[in-house]
Amino acid sequence: MITEQRSKYLSDSVESIQPSGIRRFFDLASSMENVISLGVGEPDFVTPWNVIEASYHSLEQGYTAYTANAGLLELRKEITRYMRRRFGVTYNAENEMVVTVGASQAIDIALRAVVNPGEEVIVVEPSFVSYAPTVTLAGGVPVPVHTYSKNDFKLQPEHIEEAVTEKTKAILLCSPNNPTGTVLSKTDLQKIAQVVEKHDLLVISDEIYAELTYDEPYTSFPSVGNMRERTILISGFSKAFAMTGWRLGFACGPKDILQAMLKIHQYTMMCAPTMAQHAALEALVNGQKDVIRMKESYRQRRSLVTHALEEMGLSCHIPGGAFYVFPSIKSTGLSSEEFAEQLLLKEQVAVVPGSVFGESGEGHIRCSYATSIAKLEEAMKRIKRFIENRE
Amino acid sequence: MDAKERELLQLIEKNGRLENSTIARLMGISEDETKQMIEKLEKEKVILGYSAIINWTKGTDEGAVTAMIDVKVTPKRGVGFDKVAERIYRFPEVKAVYLMSGVYDLSVSIEGKTMAEVGRFVSEKLSTLDSVLSTTTHFILKKYKHDGLVFSENEEDKRIVVSP
Ligand SMILES: Cc1ncc(COP(=O)(O)O)c(C=O)c1O
Repeated sequence: MITEQRSKYLSDSVESIQPSGIRRFFDLASSMENVISLGVGEPDFVTPWNVIEASYHSLEQGYTAYTANAGLLELRKEITRYMRRRFGVTYNAENEMVVTVGASQAIDIALRAVVNPGEEVIVVEPSFVSYAPTVTLAGGVPVPVHTYSKNDFKLQPEHIEEAVTEKTKAILLCSPNNPTGTVLSKTDLQKIAQVVEKHDLLVISDEIYAELTYDEPYTSFPSVGNMRERTILISGFSKAFAMTGWRLGFACGPKDILQAMLKIHQYTMMCAPTMAQHAALEALVNGQKDVIRMKESYRQRRSLVTHALEEMGLSCHIPGGAFYVFPSIKSTGLSSEEFAEQLLLKEQVAVVPGSVFGESGEGHIRCSYATSIAKLEEAMKRIKRFIENRE
Repeated sequence: MDAKERELLQLIEKNGRLENSTIARLMGISEDETKQMIEKLEKEKVILGYSAIINWTKGTDEGAVTAMIDVKVTPKRGVGFDKVAERIYRFPEVKAVYLMSGVYDLSVSIEGKTMAEVGRFVSEKLSTLDSVLSTTTHFILKKYKHDGLVFSENEEDKRIVVSP
């Protein structure tokens, strides 16, 4: 291990966070030829044309200036309608919502708005790689709560209880989850809500994959009991509408919290990109049929991949949402890093080792099935060969 | 037609060469079921055939010329447009015939090796039919998209290889 020379100018907080483990695989995979990547955390669809066209149109009309800090009012009103129609939650477009630069920024300003130095935020792991570092950068202390394959990676309420201290301020939930694809049912959420209420926690609920659930109707956390008053709902356009590069998301929640987040947003971001906001408006008004079309295609590919993995003896729960499967590779005796690295070098298939999503991801790999059917089939063949050649 | 049949048809409409085993896995049904479903749909003529979409302008100088012809006709008593349409679609040069609403009646699509060949067909075979009143011929100059497929090269994956 080479210890790099560190600039004396860096802050302690930035020094305290590690670069993402994904980075190393990115570098390795980028340097190789003929790689099939199951490591991509974004849709394989290009943004639907009507959405792109709406953005062109806005540019032609000269909409190239800042918008209101919270985002175009018209867009916020449409988000309100959309969230009510799709998920049965209602927010006031005037003061309970902010349009952000991706869900990523929404998570950042949510944490910065609520965390005091040293306060703890529970992060349910395996988790999206940004959560813990974002908590740290906000001055908080991320406290991992693990989930396990024996529970299909569902968060167990008693494990929250065990992690709560007098310093616990909030809990970050993500359903459907990246990387496990696990979806929490209404009953699961009700049980979690009891613990949350008992310990008076705030919930930051990342529901960016809410449109992509395949088995049961989705339950949004703020729709459970009286959770709305203590939940910041995070969502965005990246996944459901295939708009990752547009960088557009939003947060909704109780007025006082959202106004505090808006304060940070107005000083540090001004507003989300205007042309992307116009695109998002079109996505909400005329995009549902495309969401359904893309979701249907993910559902088919989920079936393809889970069957193939099962046949080669990599056990995996059937993920209820998102576009990831998270099979166990423990039977190979390799760590998840070793597995991912050897698979890439020997068979040119890129997957992400589960360990980059937290300690409890060890022993698993994340495979994204947002890739063409032909490539998925070829990748499955190669993984099968990789496993057989090891035996 | 039930939901499963529709799903299968949508899959093979996009890619007629999908293996039964792939279709079965995508739909979460058995290979036998897949096979039976396809056979049934073929028998019922819901699936009429399988073809490839080919860009003939690539890698060959065997150019093909396609024309779309607007045809005005006098319908025949008792059988309407169907008989006239049949007289036309029986010609092997004719690739498609549609009955249209609007200012003309039949839209006929013809393929030939050269413009002259297509022209000859129109003047000798089509316009000489009793019920044909007039024809207007449009030649296709370039295909950008056909049957939902874009004829261009820039359709590769533009995502970075690994991302969170
Ligand atoms: C769980 C989760 N939350 C948030 C994001 C970030 O999304 P955005 O593109 O809206 O910033 C991602 C992206 O991978 C994600 O997987």
